[in-house]
Amino acid sequence: MIISIASGKGGTGKTTVAVNLALALKNVRPVQFLDCDVEEPNAHFFLKPHLVQNQTVYLPVPEIREDRCTYCGKCAEVCAYNALAVLQDTVLIFPELCHGCGGCSLLCPENAIQEKGHRIGIIESGSAGSIPFSHGKLDIGQAMSPPLIRAVKKTLESDRTVIIDAPAGTSCPVVESVKGSTLSLLVTESTPFGLNDLQITVETLKELAIPLGVIINRSEGKDKLIRDYCQRENVPVLMTIPLDRAIAVAYSEGKTILDIQPLYKEKFLNLFEQIQSLI
Amino acid sequence: MKQVVIISGKGGTGKTLLSACFAALAENKVMADCDVDAANLHLLLHPEIQKTHSFYGLDKAKIDPEKCTGCGECVHVCRFDAISEIQEANFLVDRVSCEGCTVCSLICPAEAIQMEKTKAGEWYVSQTSYGPFAHAKLGIGEENSGKLVTEVRKNAKELAEKNGRDLVILDGPPGTGCPVIASLSGADLALVVTEPTPSGFHDMKRAVQVARHFGIKTACCINKYDLNASNTSQIQEWCKKESIPLLGKIPYDESVTASLIQGVPFVEHTNNSTATAIKDLYEILKNFL
Repeated sequence: MIISIASGKGGTGKTTVAVNLALALKNVRPVQFLDCDVEEPNAHFFLKPHLVQNQTVYLPVPEIREDRCTYCGKCAEVCAYNALAVLQDTVLIFPELCHGCGGCSLLCPENAIQEKGHRIGIIESGSAGSIPFSHGKLDIGQAMSPPLIRAVKKTLESDRTVIIDAPAGTSCPVVESVKGSTLSLLVTESTPFGLNDLQITVETLKELAIPLGVIINRSEGKDKLIRDYCQRENVPVLMTIPLDRAIAVAYSEGKTILDIQPLYKEKFLNLFEQIQSLI
Repeated sequence: MKQVVIISGKGGTGKTLLSACFAALAENKVMADCDVDAANLHLLLHPEIQKTHSFYGLDKAKIDPEKCTGCGECVHVCRFDAISEIQEANFLVDRVSCEGCTVCSLICPAEAIQMEKTKAGEWYVSQTSYGPFAHAKLGIGEENSGKLVTEVRKNAKELAEKNGRDLVILDGPPGTGCPVIASLSGADLALVVTEPTPSGFHDMKRAVQVARHFGIKTACCINKYDLNASNTSQIQEWCKKESIPLLGKIPYDESVTASLIQGVPFVEHTNNSTATAIKDLYEILKNFL
């Protein structure tokens, strides 16, 4: 089972929910944690994993074999990303624009293009107690996070309950992270910002046909704005976490909700029961 | 004309909160929302849209079932796992996963795959009571947010030139990837908003590194600074060591939520020490530019 945690808006509490859910479940069933927010991986601050493995991730980008190239221009013609430009007697390659689709090397009539690795980031893996843990870290200045996210997801152990912490937003990195999930939890807050971004995320995930549940963080009690919307869209609200300075302070100290309020363990276990009933 | 982009690395540190306050405080400026996949600034500026434009991303593959012979060659070449065999010899493109590389359409022996033009969002030029506003909305599950950000930035700059405005304030996206890089290009200053949490600090360092990588002058401010005094002083020390000017500190204030619910820039909603801290921050920022 794969449970991904997404939100649209940043800073709503994805990592908080993901980490606490993983910790609540770890004695009940085997859990694995994947932090797919490769631009800003933060779950390690709370799970404090012992990271023992370090793997560099490369994107395959073209390399021209000058001895074979006839400068015919086919590669630049087929590249949808303008990552190649063919001049009279040279080919310019822009690796930061390349998506690694392999089209140029596949379609070169002279077989003059081979692929070489262009470093985009690293994956660090290890374990937080009984929880196998991996996260990706995109190199500074790299634009392309989806290939790194795909690489993080390759470490997935399908016999475990896998918790995926997704990045903020609703575009390609989020889609890449949540794709294949059994269910996605959407963490929102009781503000028009929270609602606006929840709407976009719900629409995106419905497109992917992933079952959904909503968690309202920093709840102000009634949460009418969010609840009315969820009811209209037929998306269940599975849990609320109140606006509480103590939780914010604990977060700033790298502590989990379970650390400061052990009663929440039951709440997160109850959340998991609800998830099971939805899938 | 000067362009300031507000970034943070970590989401939810207060980029939009500050952008909206600056909209209320700054004179002669243009506002822009570069967080195109979760745009929020319009919820505080209440724009009247004057111009709507469709934004087209990369074309997406479509298989013609009449022509398809079911050979499966497309599945082999697709590196984005965007094509799957839904039934025997019946292939379907997952449009959300398709990155528009066109390789499948080029190699299909039956010429059964066409690339289709796909609307990937909209951009807008608007008027608000705070002045002109450039913003956009990325389509559901679309990619290429970087390109759309570039479009928004271009519009904001044009609006400033046309209206004789000397400042562009850009509300940036979270993260360090494609849309952030697109927001930064051509900016005169990146203001990094952080918070005194381990993730806020960690992500701020990454945001500063990205801005530096592209040669953009960087300054910083700390939101919710009184949540954790020891983290705040660590951030201050780091800024000092790295020669990054710290332009202001804003306290943790639960009344911020009320201003967001009412859809009003905080400095126009509440007059307290938090509002004063934001006003002071803006004065320092203005002089720093």
